[in-house]
Amino acid sequence: MFKSLFFHIGQYLLLLKQAIARPEKPAMYWKEMMRQMNDIGIGSLIIVCLISVFIGAVTAVQFSYQLQDSFIPPYYIGYIVRDTTIIEMAPMITCLVLAGKVGSNIAAEIGGMRQKEHIDAMEIMGVNTAAYLITPKVLAAIVVIPMLVCVAAFMSIAGGLIASVAGGMITQADYVLGLQSFFDPYNVFMMFVKAVVFAFILTSVAAYQGYYVKGGSIELGAASTQAVVYSNIMILLSDYMIAMLLTQ
Amino acid sequence: MIIAENVFKSFGETKVLKGITTSFYAGKNNLIIGKSGAGKTVLLKLLVGLLEPTEGRIMYGDRDFTAMDKKSKREIRMEVGMLFQGSALFDSMTVEENIRFPLDMFTSKTKKEKLDRVNYCLDRVEMVGVNDRYPSETSGGMQKRVGIARAIVLEPKYLFCDEPNSGLDPKTALLIDELIQSITYENDITTVINTHDMNSVMGIGDNIALLNEGQIAWQGNKNEVMDTDNTFLENFIFASPFLQRLRNDALANRRP
Repeated sequence: MFKSLFFHIGQYLLLLKQAIARPEKPAMYWKEMMRQMNDIGIGSLIIVCLISVFIGAVTAVQFSYQLQDSFIPPYYIGYIVRDTTIIEMAPMITCLVLAGKVGSNIAAEIGGMRQKEHIDAMEIMGVNTAAYLITPKVLAAIVVIPMLVCVAAFMSIAGGLIASVAGGMITQADYVLGLQSFFDPYNVFMMFVKAVVFAFILTSVAAYQGYYVKGGSIELGAASTQAVVYSNIMILLSDYMIAMLLTQ
Repeated sequence: MIIAENVFKSFGETKVLKGITTSFYAGKNNLIIGKSGAGKTVLLKLLVGLLEPTEGRIMYGDRDFTAMDKKSKREIRMEVGMLFQGSALFDSMTVEENIRFPLDMFTSKTKKEKLDRVNYCLDRVEMVGVNDRYPSETSGGMQKRVGIARAIVLEPKYLFCDEPNSGLDPKTALLIDELIQSITYENDITTVINTHDMNSVMGIGDNIALLNEGQIAWQGNKNEVMDTDNTFLENFIFASPFLQRLRNDALANRRP
């Protein structure tokens, strides 16, 4: 088991090394990166917004329930929703969802190209396939996913406002007061650090799974599933490490 | 010219190629033939560098391909075109974009120059007017022709074809053979074709290497096939009663 683990870690690192290379034609990489930014960013906007609104709403409702009959002022609901969203929910839940949506898509796309000999065809043309197929995806994700996380944070806070005000738990003025209380900009920095690290993980792990796929459609399905499972595990692990490093 | 020198290839304990030494000549259709599992595809993949030999070396002229680093191999690959068994056309690109891909990636030609070259290649493979079609909107034979157009777009010195006739009807298969042959002769390309097709062997086989259990069992040209007394070749080429009868008739007609 450990031998296999070390083999995959080594192969993953070698693939990344191969992917960091001077592009044969920067314009082609740029074009591919723009396509990926559109696919990852615009293509994931609706699902990210939808999930974020509900996460904010549920956080507000649950916290309001916890505050019942306590001495904690109700405006804390806004404060808690804001900080929970910025520090944890927006980057982590968004990236876990994107690992499922974007990660599986990347693994299937690259794996499909491997099976249909598209990667071999490119290799024979002289293309550095690791660089051409992986780098634009990783860079696109690193640019777009922090933006999505930012949108997710806004939508989540908005979801908290809608749920708590519409549910009669708190007034809008109190919620806004909570949002403005005890704000620490460092938390936003932490959110962006997480977003960038998670974006790198979910695209590179998925690309690795797809790039080395062997066999037929069953193996391709398995690679796609593994891409989601492994990137989720890596995201959770790195979330813990970032939390430890940035909050000490 | 490409030379394989004492090439061995193993996958774990399985020895697929056992000391292949052969040459593939410029301006000729060099055919690799043999039963399924004889090691033809492995040999082809070794020649283009998709696999590394366990032992031995591959020479492109006087350049040792096996000893090169990845960067130098990529430079050699700029001189190589390949037609894959399944054509390997990029599904999400149109025919024109597929053929233009190597030009976009490796040349600094203008848009018009690229379009002219694409149209020339399409014309060369008799596929004019299909620029905007996607591979899924074309037949198997058309895909092969587009694959050839893409393979020759950078004017390669070496052309590799893996089973170019597989899955095609006999007439289309003949057209593909003729196309490969004329491109080879016109441009003095070293063409290496991996095939099962006996029409190809007898039609365009300028230099034929028969593989059997990972070794060269026979080497010659299409004219020498009829007169062979090599058992492996006889069993392989004249496997069907129809072909045996054809051969016997041909030999009988030659006798005074």
